[in-house]
Amino acid sequence: MQKKLIASTLALLALTTSAMAEKVKFEYWYGLTGQLGEQVQATCDRFNASQDKYEISCVSQGDYATALQNTIAAFRAKKHPTIVQGVEVSTPDLMLSGQVYPAYKLMEDNGFEIDWDSYFPGIANYYADSDGRLWSMPFNSSTAMMYWNVDAYKSIGRDEAPKTWEEYEQVLRELKEAGNACPSGYAPSSWVDLEQFSMVHGEPIATKNNGYDGLDAEVVFNKTLHAKHMKDIKRWIDEGLLVIKTRETGLSTRDAFAAGECAHFFGSIASHQAVTEQVDEGFAWDVAMLPVYEGTERKNSVVGGASLWTLSGKTEDQYRGAAEYFKFLAKPESAEFWSTVTGYIPVTDEGFDYLVEKGFYSERPYKGRDKAIESLTYTPVTPLTRGIRLGNFVQIRAEWTSQMQAVLSGQKTPQEALDDAVDRSNKTLRKFERTYNGKTLP
Amino acid sequence: MQKRAYFKANWLAYLFIAPQLLIIFVFFYWPASQAMYWAFTLEQPFGGGNQWVGLDNFRAVFSDETYWASIWRSIVFAALSTGLAMSMALVLALFADRQLRGYRFFRVGMIWPYAIAAPAAALAFRFLFNPQSGVFAYLNTLSPGLWNPALSGVDAMTAIIITQAWKQVSYSFIFFLAGLQSIPRSLIEAGSMDGARVMRRMLDLQLPLLAPTIFFLLVINMTDSFTDSFGIVDILTEGGPARATELMVYKIYVDGFQGLDYSGAAAQSLVLMALVILMTFFQFRFIERRVHYT
Repeated sequence: MQKKLIASTLALLALTTSAMAEKVKFEYWYGLTGQLGEQVQATCDRFNASQDKYEISCVSQGDYATALQNTIAAFRAKKHPTIVQGVEVSTPDLMLSGQVYPAYKLMEDNGFEIDWDSYFPGIANYYADSDGRLWSMPFNSSTAMMYWNVDAYKSIGRDEAPKTWEEYEQVLRELKEAGNACPSGYAPSSWVDLEQFSMVHGEPIATKNNGYDGLDAEVVFNKTLHAKHMKDIKRWIDEGLLVIKTRETGLSTRDAFAAGECAHFFGSIASHQAVTEQVDEGFAWDVAMLPVYEGTERKNSVVGGASLWTLSGKTEDQYRGAAEYFKFLAKPESAEFWSTVTGYIPVTDEGFDYLVEKGFYSERPYKGRDKAIESLTYTPVTPLTRGIRLGNFVQIRAEWTSQMQAVLSGQKTPQEALDDAVDRSNKTLRKFERTYNGKTLP
Repeated sequence: MQKRAYFKANWLAYLFIAPQLLIIFVFFYWPASQAMYWAFTLEQPFGGGNQWVGLDNFRAVFSDETYWASIWRSIVFAALSTGLAMSMALVLALFADRQLRGYRFFRVGMIWPYAIAAPAAALAFRFLFNPQSGVFAYLNTLSPGLWNPALSGVDAMTAIIITQAWKQVSYSFIFFLAGLQSIPRSLIEAGSMDGARVMRRMLDLQLPLLAPTIFFLLVINMTDSFTDSFGIVDILTEGGPARATELMVYKIYVDGFQGLDYSGAAAQSLVLMALVILMTFFQFRFIERRVHYT
């Protein structure tokens, strides 16, 4: 009896191991945690269930920065994953690493036809080389939006979101006069206040078309409309029109909005899901495109979020698996799944049209999310609204944030802070240029 | 002339210390030599190549005013957190040594915080320091906005100093208590027979006899606050607001790992290493002279 049991166990073991051996395994490291991390895991499970040749194993590495750090460390020990999720601004760092297997090439080599033109230009250009070929697969994509409390607007006799910053200021004033203690929450965000702001205004962040035309670009955001905007923000804070809300002091701007405390907040369309869940039926709210200053011709906004990069040094089978996974993600059904469980938007015309046809955007809770697409595709991309291609931009973001904190605590005026930020950011850029001496952006 | 005992068979001694040496080599000398090499080159993150730049990385570091600010900040942090931790530990140890009520429990209980990792301690303190709902929020009932580590650099610095000091108390406490208990009872008793009261005995007998322990703890605590404060800063303030809590060790992390500037970070870590060595040297050279052993 016992012998039989052992024999059958062994047989079973042999069977499962041989079945497992047939599958090609490869790793994917991502930089999301919590609810979003779980949903990334869900895309992996769906992929594994959809076929039996490949097995993707997805590992969360904390946030985007940690995922990249861990990948570099693992790469040096030759234990890196096949796919890594890279935040949008790390694009030039990865492009120049020399260790990337460009996505367009990966798909081409594996015989997959991808309609690259179907990707929204505000997304595709962020990850494309100078010939317009995508080096990474756009994945979780969003853009910045203004969230506004419709009920609060009703109380001051308004029913439309402001289209200009002048109008926005007027709304804030009216809300304050009506006794609203927090007309809008505010926390410095380079992504919203500098990057997306400059895009929709068609203002440069750096010379050389925001760095696309060479590593010798210099940031110039202390001399553009951005400087005026930061002065306005500081003035609005001083007048009590904006109230600083950070996680350290209690509620973040998003949570303060969702709790009904503040009537606006600026953030990613990806928060749409979380705000929907938090507000429930509490009050009426909506999203709108970022306002622009009067006299500005609005331009397209660009993608925020991350894309998927394939790294060198893996086997052909693993690359084939990675290509299969990318192909799987590009399906409209995958776009639908991803847009349903998160607030992220589809990245292709195909995926968007599929959702529109199904009536996805016409009803709560997804109503309004298509405004993100409207913002991304508002105009055809111009040389200044392709994205940002500046080395070590993560450090520039940190620099900007730290300088803005100095403004909020009253140590510096906005102009002084921006001048210092530009000065220090340019040093970062020069160092990056020297580190990759002799290399050029693809 | 003093006769010393020694082993003739040196190879045996080397064999015994080999595992320890190996560990030190793998985890200290090797990475340190790597950092030394990187500090003189520009290193590409993915290892695609590097080039020799001589002292450029050091020049960049020393011409950076935020780096100098981080040095001063680290010194202030080290001095204040060490002072606070050691004085708290000394008072507690004196109490425990006097066998006040419950001292048996405190003798063991005081050691527990040492087992808590820095990030966990920092997380707990994040709740305490929260300006809206933490214990420190009471300060804001006195005057609104009095306490806000998210906006005020001084408040944030206070927060990390308190946390570091709290974490260090246990370690110093153990040594102080052991030191106090090794003071012969007869000395204390002789003192009391001569009419010295508790305070007098502490100041004139116990403290001078504790000098070696105090010196040892000073060196250890100072070194520790220079090199081991990362977890606290990362969880509590992330170096902010506006760099107000960016200590040297945190700046290395920010520039090196977040900013992918491995060479600049390597240069900074060499400077930090030199500073700690220099500091320890000065402590031995000038403070130890005043310490009397036995």
